[in-house]
Amino acid sequence: MSNPTESDSASSAPTEREAAYIAVLASPEFQELKRKHRNWVLPATAAGLTFYFVYVFASTYAVDFMSQKVFGNINVGLIFGLLQFVATFAVTMAYVRYADRELDPRSAKIREEMEAEGLA
Amino acid sequence: MITTSLASLAQATETEQVGNTALNISIFAGFVVLTLVFVIRASRTNKSTSQMYTAGSSFTGRQNGVAISGDYLSAASFLGIAGAIALTGYDGFLYSIGFLVAWVIALLLVAELLRNTGRFTMADVLSFRMQERPVRTAAAVSTLVVSFFYLLAQMAGAGGLVALLLNINDSFGQALVIAGVGALMIVYVLVGGMKGTTYVQIIKAILLIGAALLMTVWVLAQYGFNFSDLLGDGAAAGASLEPGKKYGLDGVTKIDFISLSIALVLGTAGLPHILMRFYTVPTAKEARKSVVWAIWLIGLFYLFTLTLGYGAAALVGPEKIAAAPGAANSAAPLLAYELGGTLLLGIVSAVAFATILAVVAGLTITASASFAHDIYASVIHRGNAPDGQEVKVARIAAIVIGIVAIFGGIAANGQNIAFLVALAFAVAASANLPTILYSLFWKRFNTRGCLWSIYGGLIITVGLIIFSPAVSGNETAMFPDQDWSWFPLANPGLVSIPASFLLGILGTITSKEHLEYKAAEMEVRALTGAGAEGKALDH
Repeated sequence: MSNPTESDSASSAPTEREAAYIAVLASPEFQELKRKHRNWVLPATAAGLTFYFVYVFASTYAVDFMSQKVFGNINVGLIFGLLQFVATFAVTMAYVRYADRELDPRSAKIREEMEAEGLA
Repeated sequence: MITTSLASLAQATETEQVGNTALNISIFAGFVVLTLVFVIRASRTNKSTSQMYTAGSSFTGRQNGVAISGDYLSAASFLGIAGAIALTGYDGFLYSIGFLVAWVIALLLVAELLRNTGRFTMADVLSFRMQERPVRTAAAVSTLVVSFFYLLAQMAGAGGLVALLLNINDSFGQALVIAGVGALMIVYVLVGGMKGTTYVQIIKAILLIGAALLMTVWVLAQYGFNFSDLLGDGAAAGASLEPGKKYGLDGVTKIDFISLSIALVLGTAGLPHILMRFYTVPTAKEARKSVVWAIWLIGLFYLFTLTLGYGAAALVGPEKIAAAPGAANSAAPLLAYELGGTLLLGIVSAVAFATILAVVAGLTITASASFAHDIYASVIHRGNAPDGQEVKVARIAAIVIGIVAIFGGIAANGQNIAFLVALAFAVAASANLPTILYSLFWKRFNTRGCLWSIYGGLIITVGLIIFSPAVSGNETAMFPDQDWSWFPLANPGLVSIPASFLLGILGTITSKEHLEYKAAEMEVRALTGAGAEGKALDH
C-alpha cells in the first residue's frame, strides 16, 4: 500500500466532507434503506431473469410441452410468453408501490438531513 | 436485410402498382415539418452543455418515458419483429420478449442509481470513484462503438425505406437519400439539442404506437376479435405456433438462440443512448416514472406486433412476403396495404421512416456528448474546458459522427440490419452492463476491473463476431465468398458476457486500489439522491 493512489484510506485521513459521507453511510437509517433496497431489487431481478430463462430454455428444449394446445389455437408456449409480459408489468407495479412506501420516505429523510447540514 | 427488402419492396410495389409516391412524400414531409417546428422552438434554449446533452433535466417522467419508447422501438423492432413473426411465427415472438424483460434490469438496478450519481454520460457514473481519465476513455470508446453499430444499422435501413417512399431503386439514388437522412439528423441535433431530439422521439413514439394500434384493431376486427382464429389462419399460412421453426434446427442453432436471448435481455440496460435519457429528468423518482411509462408502452407495442405478425401471415401470406425479395421486413408495410390500401401504406412507411430518424438523432447526440464531455473536456482538458467550448466540440462531433454515419450507411446499404443491431446489443451487454452493475453494487470494484471488463468485453465480442458464421463462411454471411470463421455461433453473448463479468472480478482482485471514501460518497448519493446534478439548475 505504498502507492498513495491505490487506497485513499491507507494514505490519508478523510476530508471533512468525506468523513460526513462516511458517517451517513454508517448510520442505521442509511443501512436500513440500503437493506430495504437490495433485499427487494436483487431477488426481484433474479426472479424475473430466472422466469425469462426458464421460458427461453423451454422454448428451445421442451418444444412438445410448449406446443400443447390449451384452448382453440392458444398453446402453452404462447401463454408462457404472454405471462412474461404479465410478469414484467407486475414487477413494475409492485416495485413502484414498494419504492413509494418503503424507499422514497427513507431516502428523502436522509437527504433532507444532509441538506440541512450543508452536505448535498 | 431491411435495406434490400425495402428496395425490392419498392420494386414490387412499382410492378404491382401499390403505393403512391406523391402521397408517401407528403405524409413524410408533414412529419419533417412538424418535428422541425418543435426542434426550432427548442433551439432557443440550446446554449449550454446541460441543455445540449440533457435538456437541462427539464422533462417530466411521463414525457421521458414516451421518448424512451421512441428511442428504443427502432425499425428493427417494428419491421423486423413483425416480419420475423410473419415468416417463422413463434420464434419471432421470442425477440420481443427479450427486448421487454430487459427493462426489469433497467428499472430495478440501473435507472435511479444512475440518475443520482451521474450528470451527462455513462462515464460519469463509472469514473466517480476510479481513476478518471482511463475509465472515461474506456467508457467513451465503448459508447462510440455501440452507437456506431446501432447507427450503421439504422442508416442502412433508412436508405431502403426512403427508397420505398420515394421509389428510388438505383444505389446512387439511395446513397443520396442516406446522405439526406444524415443531413436532416445533423440539423435536428445541432439546432434542437437534446430537447429538440426528445420532442422528435415523443412525436415519433405516438405515431408509431398509434399506427400499430390502428392496424392491430383492424386485423382483429377482420376476425371478429377472435385471437385464436387469427392464430389459426396465420399458422395455416405458415407462421408456426410452435417454437423451433427458426432456431430449433439443430444443436448449434439452439445454443445460438440461447446466446441471443442473453444478449437481448442484458443489452438494453447497457445501451448508452438509453442510459443518457435517464439524465433528462430532474430526479430519480422521475427516472423511475420514465421507465414505468416506457415499459407499458414498449410492452403494449410488442403485443401489437404479435397480432401484426400473424395478421401479415394470414392476410398477406408468407410466400408473398418472402417473395417481396427482401422478405421479412416488408411484412408490416404489405399488411398495411392489404388493410388500408395506398393511404395506410403511406402512413406506415412514413412512420417507419420517422422511427429511423428519431433513433438516429438520439444515437448521434449520445455519441457526440460522450466525445465532447468524456474525451475532450475531461480527458484532454482535465475538466478545465470552458462550457461554451465544450458545446462547440459537441456540435462539431455531431457533424463528424453524422458524416461517418452517412458513409457507413452507404457502405452498409444491403447488409443485414438485424445482425448489426444484435451486435450492438451484444457489445452493450458485454462491455457496459458488467461495469455499470459492479460500479453501483460492488464497493471493492476498481479501475483495473473496470478497464479489463470494458476493453475485454469489447475485444472478445467484436473478435468472436469477426470469426462467426455471420461474417464469413456461408451464403448469408457478410463475405459469402470467403471463410475464416471458426466460432460456431452468430451471437457471441453466451461467451462474451460471462467473460466480461469475470474479467471485472479478476481485474479488481488483482489490483490493490480501493478508494474507500469516494465509494462511500457514491453509495450514499446513489440511494438518497443527495447532491444529484440537475436537481437545482441555477445554483
